[in-house]
Amino acid sequence: MNGVLVLIPIALGLGLAGLAAFFWAVRDGQFEDLDGASMRILIEDDRDG
Amino acid sequence: MTAHAAIAAGEQLEATDLAVDGVHCAACIAKIENGLGAIPGISAARVNLSTRRLHVVHAPTLGMVELVRAVEGLGFQAHPFVATTDGANDAERRRLLLALAVAGFAAMNIMLLSVSIWSGADEATRALFHWLSALIALPTVAFAGRPFFSGAWAALRHGRTNMDVPISIGVVLTTLMSLYETATGGAHAYFDGAVMLLFFLLAGRFLDSAMRARARDSIVALLRNVPAEALVIEPNGRSTRRPAAELVAGLLVLVAAGERIPADGVVETGASDVDRSLVTGESAPDPVTAGEEVLAGTINLAAPLAIRVTRAGDDTAIADIARLMESAHQVKSRYVRIADRASRLYAPAVHTLAALSFLGWLLAGAGFHQAAMIGVAVLIITCPCALGLAVPIAHVVSSGALMRQGMLVKDGSAIERLARVDTVLLDKTGTTTLGRLVPAEGMPDDAATSSILFTLACGSTHPMSRAIAAAAQRQGGVALPSAYLTEQPGLGLEGEIAGVRCRLGRPDWTGVGDGVAAERTAIGYCIGDRPACVITLRDEPRPDAVEAIAHLSRQGLRVEMLSGDTAVAVADMAASLGVAAQARMSPADKYRYLEELQADGHKVLMVGDGLNDGPALKAADVAMAPGTASDVGALAADVVFLGDRLMPVPLAIAAARRTMAVVRQNFALAIGYNAIAVPLAIMGEVTPLIAAAAMSGSSLLVVANALRLRRAVR
Repeated sequence: MNGVLVLIPIALGLGLAGLAAFFWAVRDGQFEDLDGASMRILIEDDRDG
Repeated sequence: MTAHAAIAAGEQLEATDLAVDGVHCAACIAKIENGLGAIPGISAARVNLSTRRLHVVHAPTLGMVELVRAVEGLGFQAHPFVATTDGANDAERRRLLLALAVAGFAAMNIMLLSVSIWSGADEATRALFHWLSALIALPTVAFAGRPFFSGAWAALRHGRTNMDVPISIGVVLTTLMSLYETATGGAHAYFDGAVMLLFFLLAGRFLDSAMRARARDSIVALLRNVPAEALVIEPNGRSTRRPAAELVAGLLVLVAAGERIPADGVVETGASDVDRSLVTGESAPDPVTAGEEVLAGTINLAAPLAIRVTRAGDDTAIADIARLMESAHQVKSRYVRIADRASRLYAPAVHTLAALSFLGWLLAGAGFHQAAMIGVAVLIITCPCALGLAVPIAHVVSSGALMRQGMLVKDGSAIERLARVDTVLLDKTGTTTLGRLVPAEGMPDDAATSSILFTLACGSTHPMSRAIAAAAQRQGGVALPSAYLTEQPGLGLEGEIAGVRCRLGRPDWTGVGDGVAAERTAIGYCIGDRPACVITLRDEPRPDAVEAIAHLSRQGLRVEMLSGDTAVAVADMAASLGVAAQARMSPADKYRYLEELQADGHKVLMVGDGLNDGPALKAADVAMAPGTASDVGALAADVVFLGDRLMPVPLAIAAARRTMAVVRQNFALAIGYNAIAVPLAIMGEVTPLIAAAAMSGSSLLVVANALRLRRAVR
């Protein structure tokens, strides 16, 4: 029983952290251009370096 | 690109959105973003590949015209973006996504706790887990349930009921009852059922809205919102560019070849041909000379025209069509979707059933608490989980299948309406035909003459010359050296090719006096001393038009053609396609004819492209337009099809009918499930475990059935 009291808050906390990360990603517009994201990885942007 | 000052510190920046064509890969994105970023005055540019849009942040000194030119300088086509109701829809989709995420998170965690309870957690642990479930479920229901609660409230306030009403009542009552159970230390709490229900239903809604957004983005990318401007010639001879909205009667405007005429007017000087196809439906370019009237929205093809404006803005023929469209009464908006029609029967039925079970058990001597538990169990079991998924999933899957075949469906109700159609009205120019001229008779078949015609015809961008050039090339024509080659505005082309003087143009100018039916589109040519010949042209039907129309008839549909074109042109086309046709129909005539059909109880599909079809497209039960349609046509249509073929029309109808068959099967599955589960619930045998299993099982079943529609288009 004592183990449960520790483990459940940890499990819920981790789940909530994932949910918060998802909320942040949506607000940040990361789902606005799913096709573009897969293409952008191929852009060479090393002109400065 | 003219030089612009770099952005000054603290300067207020503006943001502009453009639609761009031809962006496919990483290199295109990089080229546009880096290319624009290097231009002084532009601080940031970002391409959205999914929606084919470009967002530019720039100094206010840069206007739309400069931005479009800058993108064109990089080798891409850009056009200003037609504002639709994007903002509201995007916000709604985002809210649904967040609600879906919350419901998913909560459903998984509560299920985890519920599984421990079902596997036999004892008194204290069960109470703790129930309280934890309540802690997760209550905020979730409040947050993720909002789309349903607001939908149900909106319907009830207007004295109607829809699918949201039984969902909301079921979810709220289940949650409240479970809370009471938890507080009193009861054995059964249905938090998992309530939250899982929300998760499944939100998944259906989100997919539905994502599908609509995708189709809408693709359609917006087709629209060409040409900034309406006109070159006004002042009395003192100076010329200025002014927005078309500022034109008034009496002004003199100069319209270059290839430009759209900005207002109704009379030609003052110049001779040219105008393309009226989008406004009146006439396929052949119409010659105009000084003193003749021209209509706003038509395209000047051959030579510059100076036009004295007679009517501008709200008085033009186009504005009349726009007003007719606004007043066109819409059958579409009154259509009640099948899910809502089903819930009109379903909601009262299940609510009565739940109330009767409650009363029955009370009369049979059960305690109030037990009777209430059973009543709520009936509500949970009958909550239209499968029913709420049955329709959107089928629509999403078949819209996806249609989209892969180049048919963009704007929303799910379009599929439902398409499946009920019994009459198809086709426009001629640009819909049944491709809206491009091709030679019908009189093309020479020897390579020497073809080469001369090819060389002549290449000297102009007039649609007739292009048609001749393309045909001559197919006959083996090659470019010959020419001593000179000139275009006589309004007449045709003249040149000296291989030492022979020749002409290609108006029949009378080339010396073909008579023998040409006045109503047919014809072009003449003469080479040296040889007698002049005539070539007739016609607007070519789409390559599979005959097949597509036969297919429509086989589907049991009545097909008719309505056209604004001349009687001769329409009769030719109707005879070759084997359909009934009416010619010389004005936009108002088409609209009226369609209304008469509807008054007789027909469900009409209107297929059209032009401005002149706008009112009919708007008033029809369901409307389709080709991707080449005018903005008005594409916006009024429910389904836009891409490509040169007409086959998408019967294919879309067949796919819609298949979709509705699957929807009906899904309803049958949902009802069959209820027939088994409801008696169990009424007998008081349903535990939270059974409810959860039944709910997810029936949902998976309808989703699996709908997935069969992936191959609905065939």
